[in-house]
Amino acid sequence: MGEITPEDLERLCWLSRLRLSQEEKEEFLGQLNKILDYFRRIEEVDVEHVPPTYHVVDLTNVLREDEVEEPRPDEVLELAPRRKGRYILAPRII
Amino acid sequence: MTPKTAIDARDELAGGASVEEYVLSLLERIRERDRTINSFITVCEASAIEAAKALDRKRGRGEKLGPLFGIPVAVKDNICTIGIRTTCGSRMLENFVPPYDATVIKRIKEADAIVIGKTNMDEFAMGSSTENSYFGPTRNPLDPTRVPGGSSGGSAAAVAGGFAPLALGADTGGSIRCPASFCSIVGLKPTYGAVSRYGLISYANSLEQIGPMASNVDDCELLFNVIRGYDPRDNTSLPQGRIEAKEGKLRIGVPKEFFMEGVQEAVGVHVRKFLDKMSGVFEIGEISLPSLAYALPAYYIIAMSEASSNLARYDGIRYGLRGEDGGDWNETYCNNRGIGFGREVKRRIILGTFALSAGYRNRYYIRAQKIRTLIREDLGRAFKEFDLIAGPTMPVLPFKIGEKLDPLEIYMCDIETVPANLAGTPAISIPCGMANGLPVGLQLMAPPFGEGLLFRAGRIIEELA
Repeated sequence: MGEITPEDLERLCWLSRLRLSQEEKEEFLGQLNKILDYFRRIEEVDVEHVPPTYHVVDLTNVLREDEVEEPRPDEVLELAPRRKGRYILAPRII
Repeated sequence: MTPKTAIDARDELAGGASVEEYVLSLLERIRERDRTINSFITVCEASAIEAAKALDRKRGRGEKLGPLFGIPVAVKDNICTIGIRTTCGSRMLENFVPPYDATVIKRIKEADAIVIGKTNMDEFAMGSSTENSYFGPTRNPLDPTRVPGGSSGGSAAAVAGGFAPLALGADTGGSIRCPASFCSIVGLKPTYGAVSRYGLISYANSLEQIGPMASNVDDCELLFNVIRGYDPRDNTSLPQGRIEAKEGKLRIGVPKEFFMEGVQEAVGVHVRKFLDKMSGVFEIGEISLPSLAYALPAYYIIAMSEASSNLARYDGIRYGLRGEDGGDWNETYCNNRGIGFGREVKRRIILGTFALSAGYRNRYYIRAQKIRTLIREDLGRAFKEFDLIAGPTMPVLPFKIGEKLDPLEIYMCDIETVPANLAGTPAISIPCGMANGLPVGLQLMAPPFGEGLLFRAGRIIEELA
């Protein structure tokens, strides 16, 4: 049995909001565990006193004047697959 | 007009040759030959002709002409183009038409270039063969039974196939250098922060850079100089630095790790021989960078983790593919994403979610980021001794379409290219001849903002090859 069980896969799909077909689930389980086996190679390295590098650039917030530039509300709204007038149609909430 | 390089084409066009006729001749070539190669997802026929006519008029008025005057550029389909659909090779974005241009597109248009089409790619840039596209695989113009490499395979094939003299790609773990190597062209992954990522559809934001692809080093440098530069819209873009080496022979370090795991004998032998040939012109020495042996798993853990977060935005409600609604919001999301994404994208989102999840985060994600520190330190040490680091770009020769089906086997193709992305250093692939009748690329890496060194060495290598 690999690190990811069929139950784990269900949970990961839920967390990722992905619906998989039965065929995909069967194909993925072995593949994902094989990839994880390979990933665990990084455990060979002693990294106890090594700090992580999340990013190679020192990130800082960049602020600009709060000025309106080229607003395109119509083009943006048109991208929504389902609309009603100037509203985006969403799934029912209650 | 049949120019050999983009620079020749620009000079002829600026000198009076018709931009419209040139663009029409390339469009005809695309119509004839791209049916087989499939380098483009979208050919921008009407807008390219219109832009060409406008440029002819501009020259007629005697105005100052841009450095890319009249040059058609093939653009990877994960770079946003206003009014031109940008699919990312995915069913999810099949009908997505961006309402804005990426900064690099603005810059090439300001330089008087023309967007001739949007090129095929592995879905969301996840792949090394351009076989993972919703729009079908791209074929290698040098041998259509083989892959062009990936994920910027369409861009490389467009240049190699003679459809456009210049192309833009993007490189997260080798996605510019791999297809450049397989299609026998030049491709540069710039220093992280050298080129704005504004308008690049993100896969792994701490690793990816947009970069130039061309048939030769001078053309590649020309396009790089147009797209580089600080952009206030991308807070990871940097004020531009520049590194120069001292006079005399450039010193090149060759890590022995670049010739170990998974490197085909034909590739290893060929590159070793080529390095021998280079040793008259460069000062070449062997080095060992032990952390490189762990670069590939560290890279994939980080890339997948970032992907699981970056791709969370695709819900199919605001834009993208929306299937049948059923049940509540969550059900609708699951459904839209289930039909919109292909298998490799799903695998990476799931593994990224796993690597970031409670109980596994330290073991995978954090540990991978620590290994990234070691790789950066190892490379930093190497650059104290050497101006450049060299090795094969790809561990394997271009393979047959459909030959590699196992995901892990495809990942192994990136073993030489991922260290540059993890460390944020620039790297270039330059053709260095053929092995078994198939192209081999030489990869050169430089310290951050050492692109000038890569071009300088690249020009010498071009002459040796």
